[in-house]
Amino acid sequence: MSHSFDEISQQLKRRHRKSARLKWISMGALGLAGLFLVLFFADMLSKGLPAFQQAYINTEVRYTEEASRDGRLAFEEELLPLISRTVVRVIPLQLRNNPEMIGTSEQRWMLATSEVDQYLKGHRNRLSDEEKAEIDERVATGQVDLRFNKTFFGSGDSKIAENAGILSAVVGTIMTMIVTLLISFPIGVMTAIYLEEFAPDNRFTQLIEININNLAAIPSILFGLLGLAIFINFFGVPRSSPLAGGMTLALMTLPVIIIATRTALRSVPDSIRHAAFGVGCSRWQVVRDHVLPLAMPGIMTGSIIGLAQAMGETAPLIIVGMVAFIPDVSASFTQAATVMPAQIFTWSGEPEQAFVEKTAGGILVLLSVLISLNAFAVVLRKKFERRW
Amino acid sequence: MNSQAPVMNQQHAPDVGQPYTRNEQACHDLSIRVRDLNLWYGKSQALKGLNIDLFQKNVTALIGPSGCGKSTFLRCLNRMNDLIPSVHIEGLVEMDGQDVNAGKMDEVALRRRVGMVFQKPNPFPKSIYENIAYAPRMHDLVSRKADQDELVEKALRDAGLWNEVKDKLQEPGTSLSGGQQQRLCIARAIAVQPDVILMDEPTSALDPISTATIEDLMDKLKEQFTIVTVTHNMQQAARVADYTAFFHLGEIIEYNDTKVMFSTPAQKKTEDYISGRYG
Repeated sequence: MSHSFDEISQQLKRRHRKSARLKWISMGALGLAGLFLVLFFADMLSKGLPAFQQAYINTEVRYTEEASRDGRLAFEEELLPLISRTVVRVIPLQLRNNPEMIGTSEQRWMLATSEVDQYLKGHRNRLSDEEKAEIDERVATGQVDLRFNKTFFGSGDSKIAENAGILSAVVGTIMTMIVTLLISFPIGVMTAIYLEEFAPDNRFTQLIEININNLAAIPSILFGLLGLAIFINFFGVPRSSPLAGGMTLALMTLPVIIIATRTALRSVPDSIRHAAFGVGCSRWQVVRDHVLPLAMPGIMTGSIIGLAQAMGETAPLIIVGMVAFIPDVSASFTQAATVMPAQIFTWSGEPEQAFVEKTAGGILVLLSVLISLNAFAVVLRKKFERRW
Repeated sequence: MNSQAPVMNQQHAPDVGQPYTRNEQACHDLSIRVRDLNLWYGKSQALKGLNIDLFQKNVTALIGPSGCGKSTFLRCLNRMNDLIPSVHIEGLVEMDGQDVNAGKMDEVALRRRVGMVFQKPNPFPKSIYENIAYAPRMHDLVSRKADQDELVEKALRDAGLWNEVKDKLQEPGTSLSGGQQQRLCIARAIAVQPDVILMDEPTSALDPISTATIEDLMDKLKEQFTIVTVTHNMQQAARVADYTAFFHLGEIIEYNDTKVMFSTPAQKKTEDYISGRYG
């Protein structure tokens, strides 16, 4: 029996309504996700961007004999509550390195205390009314100002809020990532090559494969426990060091790299392998000369994304002692160091108001590094993907 | 070695009633001798007791309906089946008096002497020049750059591709047309100067004009090489092949001089297939 157009469109109307409803629901979900993202970034930017500026006071510094013992004596007494306590050590150190400066004086921009900084930025602070008046006066004459925060990017952690910076964490992250990359990349890639190109498909290799996939899903803190038990307690790798942290994170990154590499190898068409075998390549020549070059972009992107994931990791590093107060930039792989997420975690626990913006500022630095790493991975993929 | 009519007295060759004839007038040198070859994919037997002599500097076509084992048999000749884990092979494939499946035979050495051209053109994702030069360099056939250039030119000339690509040797091999790519693959195969070239339906992905070019090429190449080709196209077998083997369900039903086979097939099944009644 045939249906008229009217009957069919009656039924179609219901179907169209249904698909329209679904479309709206999914668009709503997308919009909600986008909204959260925007809110998150707006919050982080509004909180974190001020951290890149810092209050400085322009004042006369008198490099006297007394000042070389206590830096505070180089300043007018009424200014002292406003100037950062760091001068106690900074001025004598400067004079010890340049003894010829003793007896001179100069006009200089000195770091103000975090209270002044927070007052200028309109945040909660503990300044008295007189101090506020004093600052307002100097702001009017341009002697107190917010300037680019060199300290934040140029020094390590400090208990003095205005003196705390992210540099030691950045260097620690770089060193840790170098260790992670050097360990997990070659081992991961070779494992994947063996499993994908050489290993027979039997119960044993299937077991290994299942276990590798499971490893990728293990809570990262367990890798920290493993790192503590094996690397630190058994092999005696120094605690808190980039070496210990990097090795621990390498364990975590390994399954990610193995899985990414296997996927990349699998995406190389078999016809290329057959062609190579057909002209008399050995298995290793097939892999090295034909399969790996084609799989490389995929391997690189997978590894970079695995690395970025490791870079944002805090939990396993808590266990191996990398969440600690590290004021100095570590000079070797065995010295105590901290990493960016750990530094953020440490700052977030500080009670002082000034550390709130440091926390957000640290997150901004970490985020921009992660975003640029991921962007680099995308560019790499686009550049090398199917060159021919 | 002059081959006489089918010799069945070797220990590998049981006295079975295989359909096995050949043109008595032609007297060619033996290239590959196959005796009682059986092959299983897991539990299912794909080749059943094959006996065949392949002759040097001839084109032998393997025809038969889909799934009859002709491609599988072809891959036995350069041990490409080794790449499939579930394959199990019994029987003799002999080249130059040596069993190619023997433990001491290196499959890399075998594939150096038995080249292969695949159904779908599969040039390496490298330059045209590199496609040819890679294998000879790998096998240490050339040491100096000049020798290498010469070899690339010769291989491309033999494959009838030189005039079309001589000005763009550094361009990717995949930038060529399908027919040119297939000739590039042939050039790649002959660059290592093999004895035998296996072709697995080399023209099935190509247009009629490219197909004709490849067929002419096969005719020329048989002066230097032994060619074994699988084809679905009976006209093609009739045009290019000196000998034709008809496969059916893993067995060789008939093997004979192509002209004889296509004019007076000995078996009913062959006749049915050739006349297009099935397949």
